[in-house]
Amino acid sequence: MVAMQYEPDSAGQESYILCADCGTVISSANGAGLCVGCLRNTVDITEGIPKEATLNFCRGCERFLSPPQTWVSCQPESRELLAICLKKIARPLLKVRLIDASFIWTEPHSRRVKVKVTIQKEVLANTVLQQTFELLLVVHTGQCPQCTRLAAKNTWKASVQVRQKVTHKRTFLWLEQLILKHNAHKDTINIAEKRDGLDFFYAERNTAIKMVEFLAGVVPVRSKASEQLISNDTHSNTSNYKFTYSVEIVPVCKDDLVCLPRNQAKAWGNISPLTICSRVGNTIHLLDPMTLQQTDVTAPVYWRQPFDSLATVTDLVEFIVLDVEPSGPIRGKYVLADAQIVRSSGNGNNNVDDEGMGDDGIFHTRTHLGGILQPGDTVLGYHLTNANFNDEAFESLDVDRIPDVILVKKTYPNRRKKSKPRNWKLRSIAKEAEDVNESEKTVGRGALGRRGGVDQKNVERDYELFLRDLEEDKEMRAAINLYKAQQKQQEEEADQDGDVGMSDQPTTANKKSGSGQKGGKKRSTTTNTGMQVDQDMVVPSAQGDDTDADDEEEEDFPEIDMDELLEHFEEMEMGPEEAEQEQ
Amino acid sequence: MAVRTQFENSTDIGVFSKLTNAYCLTALASSTNFYSVFESELADVIPIVHTTIGGTRIVGRLTAGNRHGLLVPSTTTDQELQHLRNALPPSVAIQRIEERLSALGNVIACNDYVALVHPDIDRETEEIIADTLKVEVFRQTVANNVLVGSYCALSNQGGLVHPKTSRSELDELSSLLQVPLVAGTVNRGSEVIGAGLVVNDWCAFTGLDTTATEISVIEATFRLQGQTSAAVIGEMRDSLIDHYV
Repeated sequence: MVAMQYEPDSAGQESYILCADCGTVISSANGAGLCVGCLRNTVDITEGIPKEATLNFCRGCERFLSPPQTWVSCQPESRELLAICLKKIARPLLKVRLIDASFIWTEPHSRRVKVKVTIQKEVLANTVLQQTFELLLVVHTGQCPQCTRLAAKNTWKASVQVRQKVTHKRTFLWLEQLILKHNAHKDTINIAEKRDGLDFFYAERNTAIKMVEFLAGVVPVRSKASEQLISNDTHSNTSNYKFTYSVEIVPVCKDDLVCLPRNQAKAWGNISPLTICSRVGNTIHLLDPMTLQQTDVTAPVYWRQPFDSLATVTDLVEFIVLDVEPSGPIRGKYVLADAQIVRSSGNGNNNVDDEGMGDDGIFHTRTHLGGILQPGDTVLGYHLTNANFNDEAFESLDVDRIPDVILVKKTYPNRRKKSKPRNWKLRSIAKEAEDVNESEKTVGRGALGRRGGVDQKNVERDYELFLRDLEEDKEMRAAINLYKAQQKQQEEEADQDGDVGMSDQPTTANKKSGSGQKGGKKRSTTTNTGMQVDQDMVVPSAQGDDTDADDEEEEDFPEIDMDELLEHFEEMEMGPEEAEQEQ
Repeated sequence: MAVRTQFENSTDIGVFSKLTNAYCLTALASSTNFYSVFESELADVIPIVHTTIGGTRIVGRLTAGNRHGLLVPSTTTDQELQHLRNALPPSVAIQRIEERLSALGNVIACNDYVALVHPDIDRETEEIIADTLKVEVFRQTVANNVLVGSYCALSNQGGLVHPKTSRSELDELSSLLQVPLVAGTVNRGSEVIGAGLVVNDWCAFTGLDTTATEISVIEATFRLQGQTSAAVIGEMRDSLIDHYV
């Protein structure tokens, strides 16, 4: 016999009634007075929730439209797809509680996606009903806007054409570093190299305007906007335009010799017309090396009456300082000094100067470099007596008052001869070649030199000069990001590229500890046609002969501290395997 | 016999009518449909009185009564009282009660022998109930509701109470009332029994939404199946004779 236990509470507390509809005995705990089945028959909690919807699918890129505008690529039966599906009924779902959702398998070719959705909702007084229903989504194929544009060969909406009408690329190399530092290329969809400059392409107009504003902030420019009507819908009164911003950078570069028209020089603080450009930032800084007088030229002022540079960096010649005597005035880092200099003839191109002056070849000149020049130093300057300028403003100058030589900057030729590998490197904006077919041959320094062939040598030279400028100019370095070079990587590449013949450094010379990181930090792709590690470049002029290694190094060379260098080459362009694929 | 009806599109007919073994009160409506339903069942047996209480139509909720008497709230006008006095048989005592809980139909549930009342009702009122209705009065709750009149319907044959009334409470109440009690619903799951159902010993009226299941529960509970007024009166007479003999 089974022992019965009397439990007054559990036995007495429950109550049973008959379901009002079907008459089955139910617990009256549910306030509706109906059994679950009858309650479900009475109230449909899925009412108002659509059971059918459409999914938009792009055939080109195989992505689904996630309303309102995003296109997401997602696997069938993935969480992402489920999210998109549920988004279709998001608003009605707000009124109920979503408990569960899962896919019901459907044949992919049926172009139907079925989702089983379980929801809960409170019905009547404190009675929660749970119900499961099927949501059928019909996949509508179409094209996403990107694919439409791709199909119409219309990939960009706005472009920024940056141009500087000079023969070298240094401004753009500098600009590239500035862009990288400020991450201004974030929304750029393509960069193409064109004659005298670069084209930046954008999917949206405002990002292009942002780029123009960025450029105007870092270099003196003038810009012009233009638009091209692509299509026009008269019914909705909307038009589709392509916007082009032409940005021209002032053609005067740092260390250029400038001869101002006389009236302009007078207007700008009565500066001497013959000046050198000491710095190009937001404005052009002109410096009269004879008096240390300076003037700033803003972009609008410049473009009102543009002037060109008289001589550029390529016209600089080397001099040896025999004597320097400060003559008093000091302005900032500039110290006015009288210098005795002589043309240096030991740098390979000594025949140029043979006719000389007919005398002892010593020039006396006044220079702003008194602070850094010592007797015996090598200095670069413009040799005006040798030069033949074709410039109206220069011709109008009083010939007697034109100095023989204008010194521009100190140089360190002995340091160069050592061909020391650099312990730092720069990032570059990884870009595609202008023409895909040419990708085999193209070589480049970041945004530049992609056109290969003719330009390549100039670009390599400009890049080396640019790197040297960086090494010798602390201010310039401060504005951009330098990265630690990967020494081991360098060795490997030097080994690989041994046949190229331009890497003349000894491969074992620079073993460094802690360089065993893997090769994600490789800067440049290696191609058989002579692509090189950046640090190995040697400019022909300085290449000379390495025999006189007994020259002592310049003491005051502005070394780059390891502290200045950044550790990581984040978001670097390619890993080794990708690089191989490209070849 | 249980009859479904509605009062001007409302299924809460217990609000607008009061049914006892000796008389029936119905509210004044714009049409006589509601009255006609009662008339078709009850005519010639008991008087059916059209009335208002205190100018309102919610006569079922404001009054309480059985075959011995009728209790009306203090809001009842003299005119209404006079009308009721004229319409009801002289054996039915009519009493106006000064009670704070003036919805007497909500606070009092009674048959001819026992009344359940709201626990907070006046002692004086309790005495008047006992005297006028000739019942034993118990202060009770039904499924934790103090409005006993709203949540149960009683006759001398049985009683229907709030669906959440627990088994032990059912036992307790039926031992007080000495009639079998059933937990149930009216008007398709409504738990306000008093509002959805009026019942006496031989017939019941329920809201129009009441389902067949609920009707069958009601008929079984109040033993209405196959009952006619004649049969009931016969039975009553038998018991009376039995009593006197």
